[in-house]
Amino acid sequence: MKILVAVKRVIDYNVQIRVKEDGSGVHTDNVKMSTNPPDDNATEESVKLKESGKVKEVVAVTIGEDKAQETVRKALAVGADRGIHVKSDTYIEPLGIAKILKKIVEKEKPDMVFLGKQAIDDDCNQTGQMLAAMLNWPQATFSSKVTLKDKSVEIVREIDEGLETVEVNLPAVVTCDLRLNEPRYASLPNIMKAKKKPIDQLVAKDLGVDIANRVQQLKVEEPPKRKAGIKVANVAELVSKLKNEAKVI
Amino acid sequence: MSVLLIAEHNNKNLKPFTLNAITAASKIDAEVHVLVAGSGSENVAKEVAAVPSVKKVLHCDSPNYQNYLPENLAPLVTKHSEKYDHIVASANTFGKNFMPRVAAALDISQVSDVIKVNGPDTFVRPIYAGNAFATVKSNDKKRCVTIRPTSFEPAPKIGGSAQIEKAEAVDVPNFSKFIKREETKSERPELGTARIVVSGGRGLESGENFKLITDIADKLNAAVGASRAAVDAGYISNDHQVGQTGKVVVPDLYIAVGISGAIQHLAGMKESKIIVAINKDGEAPIFSIADYGLEADLFKALPEFLSELNKLNTIQK
Repeated sequence: MKILVAVKRVIDYNVQIRVKEDGSGVHTDNVKMSTNPPDDNATEESVKLKESGKVKEVVAVTIGEDKAQETVRKALAVGADRGIHVKSDTYIEPLGIAKILKKIVEKEKPDMVFLGKQAIDDDCNQTGQMLAAMLNWPQATFSSKVTLKDKSVEIVREIDEGLETVEVNLPAVVTCDLRLNEPRYASLPNIMKAKKKPIDQLVAKDLGVDIANRVQQLKVEEPPKRKAGIKVANVAELVSKLKNEAKVI
Repeated sequence: MSVLLIAEHNNKNLKPFTLNAITAASKIDAEVHVLVAGSGSENVAKEVAAVPSVKKVLHCDSPNYQNYLPENLAPLVTKHSEKYDHIVASANTFGKNFMPRVAAALDISQVSDVIKVNGPDTFVRPIYAGNAFATVKSNDKKRCVTIRPTSFEPAPKIGGSAQIEKAEAVDVPNFSKFIKREETKSERPELGTARIVVSGGRGLESGENFKLITDIADKLNAAVGASRAAVDAGYISNDHQVGQTGKVVVPDLYIAVGISGAIQHLAGMKESKIIVAINKDGEAPIFSIADYGLEADLFKALPEFLSELNKLNTIQK
């Protein structure tokens, strides 16, 4: 079996986001970037399935500027076999990303595509589901447990009400939640080895798919700030404030 | 111009967040039609028909729609979307699961997690875990939109009498199977809609100590929340998690206990009307957004809090 895992380069989750004064977006210059956190879970799960012997090959793909290659290198350093970098210097919406991934899937013919459930920059939560629809494959989103069978995969999904278990036929798209596993760190020898693993280079606009954006970003602004509150001296004062000032209890 | 909204339900009753999505849909266009797809779901169709802002109910009943598998639901929505300019659902795990499949089938770039409707094509949505708000304009002819339910008031439930029309089912692909759903049962109000939420973090130090939280919650008729750290440490199940990767809550009162206030947690609760933080670390970031901060050892403060609450003659319900 073969897995394609999609990884995205985003602003590191520990970075405090700063909105640009002109409303055109957020500051990205000299900001620490890293792999989208649930994409690390997707890579980890793919590599674990390979280590279990059920999967023969793990291919990591990213779409983005030159530096996005770092996310593929990182996936290679934790156990993916080879990489694909689809170059694009501009932001592409999930719909366009899904179309590009579909092209890659048609060429690579994986049995499963693993992705993070959501990217922490645009917070769209669309790409995996869109890709599944375009391929006419089943999907399992928000996965927190993956059990691979011969011709299907059983998935425990994190839903608002609790947990849901579904079984989907292969090939399938799986989007990963943060509790699926504990992503490993790459060891130095593996980082060195990853430098020798091949990364295919493609260019997004040469793939013959319509990746024009349909949603125009008019402005980006800071959310309204909360006014500074007060510190209370003790529990009695807290209860009194809640009762008499805020009137919420 | 009209909106097709997809109802979330459990085949018996409408889920409350659908009412919030109906409010948002009415701001897009007054002609709101609701699709109820389920199995043995007649009562849900009746409930939706009674919502005054709903103009028509499309009801499709088939065992194929019992568990809202996205592979089955999306083709149905796609088929019935023809006459509509907008397709709308809640941005919770129900809407997030199937809506992008509909958008892809229609070649539409979806607008996710809308918190404000500026017009039929212009919306405000949070990005970067709510650290920025983007105003976006959809240039697609038809639009797929998911709504953050807690950003809109629920629509009134009774007084309407919309027509219920049978909607034709479509073929299903038969490549996915529902196995089971383990819903967390609770006597307390639901986290997403509760008026008061009491949340615990890693500061609780163990699952047993969460009793300090649940005692307060029961006294206040509140829901119980948790930080990701507390969930990951195994103190409490994941459906209690508040934050970017959990639930977004907007209660009248949010009490954060032993929670330092990581960005990921704040994203899930910082729109709450009143925020209380109880933490022994006076420098914890949670204090910077709290209306009332109490710098104290929670193991002393919580029993005291409970006894102070017990002294009150009345507590709002």
